[in-house]
Amino acid sequence: MKVSYYPGCTLKTKARNLEDTAIGALAVLGVELVELPRWNCCGAVTSLAQDDLLHMLAPVRDLIRAKEQGSDKLVTICSMCYNTLARANLLMRNDAEKRDALNRFMDEEPDYAGEVEVIHLLNFIRDEVGWDKLRAAVRRPLTGLRVAPYYGCTLVRPAEVAIEPAVDATVFEKFIEALGAQLVHNPGAFDCCGSYQILSHPKQALAASAELLGKAKNKGADVLALSCPLCDYNLGKRQNELVADHGLESKLPTIYFTQLLAVALGLDSSLCHFELNHEGTRSLLEERNLISTVAV
Amino acid sequence: MSTTAPIGEDKIVAKVTSKHVPIYVMGKRYDVPDSLTIMKAMEYAGYKFIRGCGCRGGICGACGTVYKKPDDYKIHVGLACQTVVQEGMHLTQIPFYPATRTVFDYEQTPAVAEAVFKAYPELFRCVACNACTKICPMDVPVMDYVAAIKRGDFEKATELSFDCIQCGLCASRCMAEMAQYHIAQMVRRIYGGKIKPKATHLAVMVDNVKAGKFKDGLEQLKKADVATLKQLYMSKDAREIEPNMSEDEWVPTNNAYL
Repeated sequence: MKVSYYPGCTLKTKARNLEDTAIGALAVLGVELVELPRWNCCGAVTSLAQDDLLHMLAPVRDLIRAKEQGSDKLVTICSMCYNTLARANLLMRNDAEKRDALNRFMDEEPDYAGEVEVIHLLNFIRDEVGWDKLRAAVRRPLTGLRVAPYYGCTLVRPAEVAIEPAVDATVFEKFIEALGAQLVHNPGAFDCCGSYQILSHPKQALAASAELLGKAKNKGADVLALSCPLCDYNLGKRQNELVADHGLESKLPTIYFTQLLAVALGLDSSLCHFELNHEGTRSLLEERNLISTVAV
Repeated sequence: MSTTAPIGEDKIVAKVTSKHVPIYVMGKRYDVPDSLTIMKAMEYAGYKFIRGCGCRGGICGACGTVYKKPDDYKIHVGLACQTVVQEGMHLTQIPFYPATRTVFDYEQTPAVAEAVFKAYPELFRCVACNACTKICPMDVPVMDYVAAIKRGDFEKATELSFDCIQCGLCASRCMAEMAQYHIAQMVRRIYGGKIKPKATHLAVMVDNVKAGKFKDGLEQLKKADVATLKQLYMSKDAREIEPNMSEDEWVPTNNAYL
């Protein structure tokens, strides 16, 4: 099965570990993620101002690229890209006046009215691969690994683009269970990591990160699974700071859900680029014999 | 009708056999022969270029010109030296537009995307409005190469921006106030010098030159008189000339001097 795929800028730079594992693992599941031949930044954050149509141009253009290819589905992995593309798509579907203004402005592009469906990879696996097939494809079950899912904000808010309704969402949980891991109920699964506030209000953002990691840790999690490079920056890459200065009692490695998938499907761990994760991630998986120890 | 169109003192710029059409240069009407390029038409009308005019061959990027046509809201663009006038067009040249160019130390600059981001943080103000691509007289997909730079893809950005002639019209239209063409030039320099593999045949040739392979031949040429040089250059017997529409693989049969 082939499906159009929008990567986003971060997956090409700081989050290669998110992209490479997704492409490698999906190939094992018989899915080819076909990157759009032309694409631009999604805009990274959807515009919250009602009249700020300018910031809708970037995501709508990406959707037009998918439509141009004749695709009715566009898969994406990064939570932020998903959120931005999905919200722009809804605007184009539902707001005739703004749709008209945007189409008129982009008079060099074909008209667009939300024909493409934006799908996050977790939902794509749920709907197009299925949990049974995923379970059957697992070569190295993550037995005994206690994994807490972390949705954060952008997969579930606002409600109209939620991959599943927040609080009741189970897609991440079922994904973790299908890989043979032990699911840890995470009371902070929908908390905010602090997001871009790390730039303007670092103290508050770091406190939010420390608190939500503490919640998962208290439930006995070994590792926090996520799908957003910005969340991973706040929760993973800055974690030593959280332990040193912000009251996080002990470390909790973070991992992209696609890395868990790649490990469980038995793919070569070099594909996982653990060097881009917090240093605790690789050593945890090595301790559990889920990946072989690499001589450094 | 055949007229001769003088300009300045006594220079002839065009022998005109065609009809005249009105054009508007910065709002003022001139009736000019319809076969002229914008540049020649402006000279015909009395303008004298000391800037905004360079190679007259569509390469140097000095004569970027924007125009509108009657009953058309679009901004059109062309190089004045290459674009033929159209009846009723309103035009102005934009030979230069102020643009930020960051000075960077090539030797000290690592071949990573962050170096470009640091030099040009305004890259991230791009909202993908695409005005840059629409204005480009060389049909460079400017917005696409900006997108490639933003995701650190130097190879793609180099390939997409390669036809840029640095006219600066993209910068004139950019609502993020960046100078796309300067950023692309930095990327091409880093990509060409530090990322793209070196051509091995070039190194071999440099070694050959240094070892004196061509020394004797050059000495002979230096001593030759004009008649001999002319004969060597012009005569088909003395020199194999590459055919006009030759294949990429074309090589001379006599490669004694290669």
